[in-house]
Amino acid sequence: MTLKRTDVVIIGAGWAGAILAKEMREAGRSVVMLERGPDRATAKEGTYPGSIDELRGAIRHRLFQNPAKTTVTIRNTINQTALPYRQLAAFLPGEGVGGAGLHWSGVHFRAAPDDLRLRSHVTERYGAKFIPADMNLQDYGVTYDELEPFFDKAEKVFGTSGEAYTVNGQVVGKGNVFAPSRSDKFPLPPMQDVYTASLFRKAATEAGYHPYALPAANASMQYTNTYGLQMGPCNFCGYCSGYDCYMYSKASPNINILPALRNDSDFTLITDAHVLKVNLDSDKRKATGVTYLDQRENREKTVEADLVILAAFQFHNVHLMLLSGIGKPYDPVSNTGVVGRNFVYQTITTSRAWMSENQFTNQFVGAGGAGVAMDDFNSDNFDHGPLGFIGGSPVWVNQAGVKPIAAAMNGGGKSAPRWGAGYKAGLVDTYRHSLAMDAHGSNMAYRDVYLDLDPTWRDSYGQPLLRMTFTWKENDIRMNQYVVGKIEPIMKALGARRYELGRLEHGETFDTRRYQTTHLGGGAVMGTSPHDSALNRYLQSWDVSNVFVIGSNAFPQGMGYNPTGTVAALAYWAAHHIRTTYLAKPGPLVSL
Amino acid sequence: MPTRWAECIIVPSGEQVERAFVFTPPLCQRRCRFYSLPSACRTTSPRKAFAALKLDEKPAFFSPEEFRFLQAACECIYPSDSYGPGATALGAPVFIDRQMDTPYGRGELWYMAGPFQDGPANLGYQLPFAPRDLYRKGIAGANHYARAQRGKGFADLSQKDQIEILTAFEGGAIHFPDMNARLFFEQLRRNTLEGVFSDPVHGGNRHMQGWLLLSFPGARADFMDWVNQEGAAYPFGPVSLSGQKA
Repeated sequence: MTLKRTDVVIIGAGWAGAILAKEMREAGRSVVMLERGPDRATAKEGTYPGSIDELRGAIRHRLFQNPAKTTVTIRNTINQTALPYRQLAAFLPGEGVGGAGLHWSGVHFRAAPDDLRLRSHVTERYGAKFIPADMNLQDYGVTYDELEPFFDKAEKVFGTSGEAYTVNGQVVGKGNVFAPSRSDKFPLPPMQDVYTASLFRKAATEAGYHPYALPAANASMQYTNTYGLQMGPCNFCGYCSGYDCYMYSKASPNINILPALRNDSDFTLITDAHVLKVNLDSDKRKATGVTYLDQRENREKTVEADLVILAAFQFHNVHLMLLSGIGKPYDPVSNTGVVGRNFVYQTITTSRAWMSENQFTNQFVGAGGAGVAMDDFNSDNFDHGPLGFIGGSPVWVNQAGVKPIAAAMNGGGKSAPRWGAGYKAGLVDTYRHSLAMDAHGSNMAYRDVYLDLDPTWRDSYGQPLLRMTFTWKENDIRMNQYVVGKIEPIMKALGARRYELGRLEHGETFDTRRYQTTHLGGGAVMGTSPHDSALNRYLQSWDVSNVFVIGSNAFPQGMGYNPTGTVAALAYWAAHHIRTTYLAKPGPLVSL
Repeated sequence: MPTRWAECIIVPSGEQVERAFVFTPPLCQRRCRFYSLPSACRTTSPRKAFAALKLDEKPAFFSPEEFRFLQAACECIYPSDSYGPGATALGAPVFIDRQMDTPYGRGELWYMAGPFQDGPANLGYQLPFAPRDLYRKGIAGANHYARAQRGKGFADLSQKDQIEILTAFEGGAIHFPDMNARLFFEQLRRNTLEGVFSDPVHGGNRHMQGWLLLSFPGARADFMDWVNQEGAAYPFGPVSLSGQKA
């Protein structure tokens, strides 16, 4: 069955989809938004106290994608058989209205200028020979200065709390000294430092580093955003990551954008709609709409549209492109094709300090986006010349609120018993008196790390699963080890009773069983050439010009920062060019 | 700013329903450092949420013999000691029993389509068994192993013997007919700790003694006054989702 034609169809009701929907409605276009999961409203299921049940929430995955319907297969190397990711663990995509933007933590960064043109920057500073032969190091094709107005716009929609360092080139505050200049301050003052973050701030300063308040899309005060939507002040309840924020303090599409659309008669949100493919015309140069499965009626439906926006989670966008035949699939052997190329993730390792027994770290107190970070070893803020690796990591104390089941699984540290005699002693000491510190780093792209369709396993809709070929590479392991080594002086300045440093080890393979981050990227990257990117610098498919693909799939490599701030800015950037150029004259925004 | 919140707990179908009215004090009072009431909650009309919960209640999913295994094994994983009661007194076996009849227990939260193929451990779980099948097969395997090695079913052995057996399972060298014993052990450890530390509405963490051990304040979830108290211990005990205090 075919629905009434619409101007724009948007796949996915997360941040990218909500931003594009709002922008397209402001441009006067009718919008149909398809979301595979259920509708979700903070006023209904996000209320206190039902929403803060750890078992139902982070443990049984109330807001995460259910892999029973569709998942991915994973292998480490090209000669292995990839096996299904049957239990969510390493990464946690969202499902339902809000997507991962409902259960995220709220750390809200702007990409570092050097990271957006990393190949050019590394070549200029260290020479082209510095780049390993198997590393697909690339530029985004857009600069920080071009994106700045859109970073600013996103922060004012998200109600981001933070402290600027420079505005229009003038030093205005005690923010991150490595951050680029801004056109305006953050819309809200920084979140208060929790106790452990204040300890980190002091110790990092003593160690000679430059700590700053993490930019947080957690409201430090009451806020009314660009769209007239309200946020309440964060009370540090500790239920950000994995939860929906009963305080209306953590930005989400559900409270910061969608309420401005829900009563609009030219905006139609269809939930429980699993998109099967984007329909193309016979020569595969133009999309005609999308076909989805209405899961309530168990019936396929088609929406015809002039413009198709893929705004699902990173790997779902890539999956849909492969299923639909948008762009040429990447082949790592012949090194041809672009869809699936430059699949990237993030390195993350956690170190821990145990403070004295009269220092209670109250780890249940927290906010997902808040904390204190330092960028001394992130991006290219330090000389990589003698080190021989590319990339870096911010280091931070980001106490998001540690709940008891999660704490119990981790127990008392590497040397403590995991169960039985001695387990409780280690757990209690760790929960009451320790603090965690992350090195949250970059991950470069490699020729044999990529996404394609699995030859064996299928989803419940009968379509092939997406296959991930991914493992850790020496460049990134060495980067992580270097940065973690720089944590040691902080541990000493903290006066920790004891500490453990967490790091990647040489030869370590990616382990799907342990949560790392949900910051997956690449696979359909933006760039300057259709030979090494699937999208042009406006996130428009090089091959099918009425398809735009919005998300971290556009990142050519994984950055040290959390991706959402850059995804939001890229969404507003793409929307701006659709509004100002594309809609008047549909066609490629970059001609070859 | 709202000064008072009064809400009913929304509990999805299939879980124990409790209703409670929970009040947070006005913001001005919450900001006062030494506000005398517990900072998140006062409960009106508290119900005896757990009066009906008996530790020896007849299990719904497990047979009596299986349940005896669970009681013994959970207790080894999280024992009664000078820190407080163990997993059995906290209701972890009851918790696990109830979990078996949830979407999780039935394997509806896992990708369960074939083919099923072995692979390296770091690629994760690859068996065709839902949690309820893992328990059924795992308990049978463990009891069989206990009888073969020590002459009695697991629950009838001394705790010392039980610990040695679980240690062997954890080590990965023991194989049951359908699975490596380590996999079963990890499932048991995970669910035992979930039972000890989840909200009592799920059947474990009786009297919130799991949370008391950690000084976790439960559903208070409002720490505006305690963002940074320079390392002082948080002074208030836990509150459950249903509004009970320890």
